[in-house]
Amino acid sequence: MQSMARPAADAKPVLRVEHLRKSFGAVQALSDVSLDVYPGEVVALVGDNGAGKSTTIKIISGVETPDEGEIFVDGQRAHIDSPAAAERYGIQTVYQDLALCDNLDIVSNLFLGREITRPLVPPMLRLLNKSAMEEKAKPVLDSLGIRLPALSTPVAGLSGGQRQTVAVARAVLWGSKVVLLDEPTAALGVAQTRQVLNLILRLKAKGLGVIVISHNMHDVFEVADRITVLRLGRTAGVFEKTAVTPEHVVAVMTGATAEVSGA
Amino acid sequence: MNAQEQRVVQNPKGQPTSLIGAWRARIQSGELGLIPVLIGLVVIWVVFQSINGHFLTGRNLSNLVLQIATIGMLGVGETFILLLGEIDLSIAAVSGVAAGVLVQLSVAGVNAWLAILAAVLTGALIGLFQGWWVTYIGVPSFIVTLAGSLGYQGILLAMLGQEGTVPISDKFLLSIASSYLPAWLGWALAVVAVAGVAWSVTRTRRDRTLRGLDLGSGTSAGLRIALTAVVSAIVVLVLNSYRGVPVMGLILLVFVVFFGFVLQSTQFGRHVYALGGNAEASRRAGIPVRTIRMAVFTLASVMGAIGGILGASRLGSASPASGGGNLLMDSIAAAVIGGTSLFGGRGSVYNALAGALVIGSVENGMDLLSAPSSTKYMIEGGILLIAVTIDTLTRRRRQRAGK
Repeated sequence: MQSMARPAADAKPVLRVEHLRKSFGAVQALSDVSLDVYPGEVVALVGDNGAGKSTTIKIISGVETPDEGEIFVDGQRAHIDSPAAAERYGIQTVYQDLALCDNLDIVSNLFLGREITRPLVPPMLRLLNKSAMEEKAKPVLDSLGIRLPALSTPVAGLSGGQRQTVAVARAVLWGSKVVLLDEPTAALGVAQTRQVLNLILRLKAKGLGVIVISHNMHDVFEVADRITVLRLGRTAGVFEKTAVTPEHVVAVMTGATAEVSGA
Repeated sequence: MNAQEQRVVQNPKGQPTSLIGAWRARIQSGELGLIPVLIGLVVIWVVFQSINGHFLTGRNLSNLVLQIATIGMLGVGETFILLLGEIDLSIAAVSGVAAGVLVQLSVAGVNAWLAILAAVLTGALIGLFQGWWVTYIGVPSFIVTLAGSLGYQGILLAMLGQEGTVPISDKFLLSIASSYLPAWLGWALAVVAVAGVAWSVTRTRRDRTLRGLDLGSGTSAGLRIALTAVVSAIVVLVLNSYRGVPVMGLILLVFVVFFGFVLQSTQFGRHVYALGGNAEASRRAGIPVRTIRMAVFTLASVMGAIGGILGASRLGSASPASGGGNLLMDSIAAAVIGGTSLFGGRGSVYNALAGALVIGSVENGMDLLSAPSSTKYMIEGGILLIAVTIDTLTRRRRQRAGK
């Protein structure tokens, strides 16, 4: 599969996915999906319902394993058979439902399942080191230009955009190289969408590879460097944002035009 | 949404501007904590005291402490279960079985400590069994514990056999409920409590200063220490005016403080809250969801067993009525009236203590007025309904506030 111009001739993709194939029983969800993302690049993954976006994300994040196909991280073949394995390779996924605990505060959510602790006398109990967690979270939030209320605010009290921000910050805090965002702006108002798009651009500026699933062409054209279009379980086209129009992308998504970039 | 934005943005530092501002923010977002139950408690006490001058005497309050020890223990166990968004309907029946085990072993001549250990282990086994059934088989906790409750009552009857009521003769077991601390020891404990709170507050502040984090208001830190000092002084003063701090009350308090610490300051406690808040998110975050669930069910039944031991000591026997009657509803009510949410993820064991005080005060006050059971039931029912209504309304408010 050929893609168009890359960010830099000698750069290597931080994540490359080749010829994924996956069926669930009789249903062929993916027949041939390939995509790649470079450090400091935002790739939008678009496609109609049932095109295979979700399955692709699930395979990359280790929730599903592909029947065929290979995944490379930094040029090395990666064996991603569980979400934990994906995390070990530095791949973090921000799901649409964000997976936050509303009853816990911001710091607790950032460190959910990975609390900084010190041992207590009975070894089963580990003492939370709350200040250390807050201290570690601050620089990450600052580097992303994130402004949130006091970190002891319960997440239930945050707006939709702030909640998305917490979920993304959690992905970054865990030292990821690639962040997958599933419909990050779907439930947000105009101002909050703005916040989240800015955040995506800052992830890019930090040198992370970002894959964004979105239905919203406006958002896609605003933040993405390249656009990967899926249709009926295969990669139907990869476009430089500057070299394509939204109308053309939609046409490829819906199959109204011949497949272009030779999938 | 707009009001919401204004509320959470606060000032640029992200800190609530003042202590009052912080309280207002919490109340607006539906974090009422202990406020409603403490207000309720004050109202109840004032009402009973104005009707019957004996209510707020050292003797009666000392008796109140003994009355709530079992309810409080069960309420603490139930709180853990409710935090997961589950329910345990067997906790009172477990306390009955534990009482039966304790008494029968003691009567058979087994050392008191061994009998206590056996009763606690019985609770742990029952809890493991129920937890396994809920976690691995996937039967709703409501059904597992309801079925369990019936079964354990049967086990208790079988254990007690023909005699029905089996009295305790062991001096040590009886002395648990009838011992009081000497006055000086009560005061020493109050000093230890205040010193402990002060140490923990200053330690946290020092740690945060070293790390360059916001300190929050110094007033609220000072207020915590002062509040602990005032409350413990009043409690010790009042109880010393009769026979001293009851040992049973001290046992209850030690458990409440310990589990309060476990919930607030350990990884296990954090995971319990996380699981109650969003089980799926917890699973994805790698929290051992099943282990936590099993541990909480086990813990609750252990607390039930300990409550049963205290109850048996106070009654001086185990009987077919052990763990029966109102005990189950009282202990669930204690947790819920205290402000622990039935929907999971919100509450604390201190709430259970406060709730147990409310329930105990109503029963005690009604007894003082020699009110008939009919009135007692209706008033307790009303209080429970109000408490759950407050939970539901604040929850709705939180949902509006969030998102």
